[in-house]
Amino acid sequence: MTRRSSFVALALALSLPVGSAAQAPVRAFSGARILPIAGPAIDDGVLVVQGKTILAVGRRGSVRIPAGAEVTDLAGKTVMPGLVDSHSHIGDADGADRSSPIQGDVRILDALDARAATIQRAQAGGITSVNVMPGSGHLMSGQTLYLKLRDVGTVEELLFCANARTDVCGGLKMANGTNPRGAAPFPGTRAKAAAMVRERFVKAVEYREKLRAAATDSTKRPTRDLEMETLVEVLDGRRTVHYHTHRHDDIVTVLRLAKEFGFKVVLQHVSEGWKVADEIKAAGVPASVIVLDAPGGKLEAIDMSLETAAVLAKAGVPMGLHTDDGITDSRFFLRSGGLAVRAGLPRQTALEALTIANARMLDIDDRVGTLEVGKDADFIVLSGDPLSVYTQVLQTWVEGTKVFDRADPKDRAFAVGGYGVMRGALDVHHHEGMEGH
Amino acid sequence: MRRQLFSSLLPLLAAVPLTAQVAIRGETVHTMAGAPISNGVVLINRDGKIEAVGAAGSIRIPSGYRTLSAKVVTPGLVDAHSVVGLAGALNQPHDQDQLENSDPLQPELRAVDAYNARDVLVPWLLSLGVTTVHTGHGPGALMSGQTMVVKTVGGSVGDGIVDSVTMVAMTLGPDVSRTFAPKSPGTRAKGVAMMRAEFVKAMEYRAKLAAAGDDAAKRPARDLGLETLVAVLDGRRPALITAQAVPEILAALRLQQEFGFKLVLDGAAEAYLVLPQLKAAGVPVVLHPTMARQSGGTVNGTLEDAKLLRAAGIPVALQSGFEGYVPKTRVVLFEAAMLVANGLTAEEALATVTIEAARIIGQERRVGSLERGKDGDVVLFDGDPFEYASHVCAVVVDGRVVRESCR
Repeated sequence: MTRRSSFVALALALSLPVGSAAQAPVRAFSGARILPIAGPAIDDGVLVVQGKTILAVGRRGSVRIPAGAEVTDLAGKTVMPGLVDSHSHIGDADGADRSSPIQGDVRILDALDARAATIQRAQAGGITSVNVMPGSGHLMSGQTLYLKLRDVGTVEELLFCANARTDVCGGLKMANGTNPRGAAPFPGTRAKAAAMVRERFVKAVEYREKLRAAATDSTKRPTRDLEMETLVEVLDGRRTVHYHTHRHDDIVTVLRLAKEFGFKVVLQHVSEGWKVADEIKAAGVPASVIVLDAPGGKLEAIDMSLETAAVLAKAGVPMGLHTDDGITDSRFFLRSGGLAVRAGLPRQTALEALTIANARMLDIDDRVGTLEVGKDADFIVLSGDPLSVYTQVLQTWVEGTKVFDRADPKDRAFAVGGYGVMRGALDVHHHEGMEGH
Repeated sequence: MRRQLFSSLLPLLAAVPLTAQVAIRGETVHTMAGAPISNGVVLINRDGKIEAVGAAGSIRIPSGYRTLSAKVVTPGLVDAHSVVGLAGALNQPHDQDQLENSDPLQPELRAVDAYNARDVLVPWLLSLGVTTVHTGHGPGALMSGQTMVVKTVGGSVGDGIVDSVTMVAMTLGPDVSRTFAPKSPGTRAKGVAMMRAEFVKAMEYRAKLAAAGDDAAKRPARDLGLETLVAVLDGRRPALITAQAVPEILAALRLQQEFGFKLVLDGAAEAYLVLPQLKAAGVPVVLHPTMARQSGGTVNGTLEDAKLLRAAGIPVALQSGFEGYVPKTRVVLFEAAMLVANGLTAEEALATVTIEAARIIGQERRVGSLERGKDGDVVLFDGDPFEYASHVCAVVVDGRVVRESCR
């Protein structure tokens, strides 16, 4: 996980004019048990990668390995797509400040440290794509980022989107329940919180109407408002709301607001989702579940259940898992899938909940989440079954480049910890900010 | 799916004696007193004590015994340091009794006076195989109070009590300063100075007591705190010192050498950096949870701490520790599981939450292994206890089957 930003930038610069994947080097990984997620497991499989893209995946013998390809033997290993984490706080970034409870203009883009130890820790855990969010101490704490965990030095190089100034590069973080409550200007009650959110969305609807009425006549346009511009993206369905919500009634409140304003939403955490699974299913809204080892720690997590993921999946809710790193550590993301299986989630659903289901929530499923021809060559090499405690992440590859190798002592340090590698990573930030997650 | 009522009844049901004579068959029985037994049997008598353990062929199950079967059988798990029952699940001021912040030196606070046996976290631990916890006052004060050992059953503290005063909980380092700011100790060195002064006072108190002998008139006025520390100085109660970073760990060893008390080191995230010193001092370690968040004092912990301590010959047990946020407790079954992915064998990892933990808390004659005469505390698993997807399917405490559903 060396920081090769200048090298990568150079490679990008060189490869763009050439433009064709045909010239990119081809690598084949053969002999592993491959879990493509998009289909059944392939024993003795072959994964062929050209440049940054998957060229082929299948059983040995049924897949042509181009002449000149560099072949890596992975016999005895397991290969699956790089993990996709739909809710994380890696990168040591922050979002909104305490000046007001609604700050849709704030971007986590402007605070993320691409060289943070937490990012390398996530690579060590097999995570290759991630939704990095501001905290939950606000009704609206800012714009999130969908990142690809490449080995780079700047946040711009981590983005999924092409242009951070013109593209929608992530979602919008919102929260209800106890976390955003506080002294004025923060809401004191749940109903007040909902009213404040509705008021702001009503304003956004009006703003959008003015924009539409003005059409191309710039003199008629409303004064630019950064938050309103963001909320228009939300109203137009171009930016997804990631709504931190635990208690059953808070979850239903999110569904009510999403329906009123027609925004696209992912329910985040959903500790009591098991109580309202049918309501969530009826709303057609996906849920991203946190797996915790015990209840409590806050009032609205007292009724959390290990079975939440299984209950939601059974009800037919599109369901994923997340780390909420540092609430759970990115290195233990596969474990969350294992514990969900313990509590009744079917194995294949658990593997999807760590990959493609999250990719769908982030609208990046055309590029990541499964091992399929044409998708990004993001994959992990495991020592054994992904849902076994004995299994280690041996390698993490992003777009055809190895970003973590447990055999490399420098990388191993992030998988294991200690000796100063995490120092400064979470220190003061999480001591003070834990309530915000 | 509205199971709220049902689950809140569980702790009450757990208190009802269900049977007294139990036979437990296991395809693998980890006794923690010798190699695992294939097709083993554990017999528990009417008094809730283990009467026999051995291979199925060598033990006849008497008629009238209730027989339970499982893939894997282990002793009831022992959590070497917890705050359950004091640090309540709600995490609201009214249920946080693990840390009194009116004064940094309060060794007189007793765990039995604060333990809530009906907090939801107690049956939660039980449901995951933890039958004995060393719990009580938590980290955060120089001397926060006393600890005790209790089984995770019963509706009130007296039902499960094993040892009402076990250790005196102490903490060194920046966490203490954060708790008591703007009062002293504002620095780590000041904290140690305050501890030394208190131990010196206790020595003088002990000298006065000794000088008075049987003459009640000459005895110093009773002082609950100093009486507690005299027990520490006399070696009757170990000092459980939470120290994460190297400077705190070394300060704890220095205090131990100066005052000669029995020391159990707690947390010890950076213990791997001072192994020779720990080994020389002969100090056991109640290690931080394997998956403890790496922040503050534990930022420099490693997943291989247990492996490194064991390799150095230092006794090590695991703890669930204190959590200030979600999840409100950790579970030593899960924490030990993570050790098998980080350098320990399954048997070694199991020892950190059974027999090693029992030894460090001084209860190895009652719990921590499956041996004749010990308490009938047994956990039944449907597979490898450490695999994520395995379940605890029955828990037996003192010969009573207190749980019989898989989690």
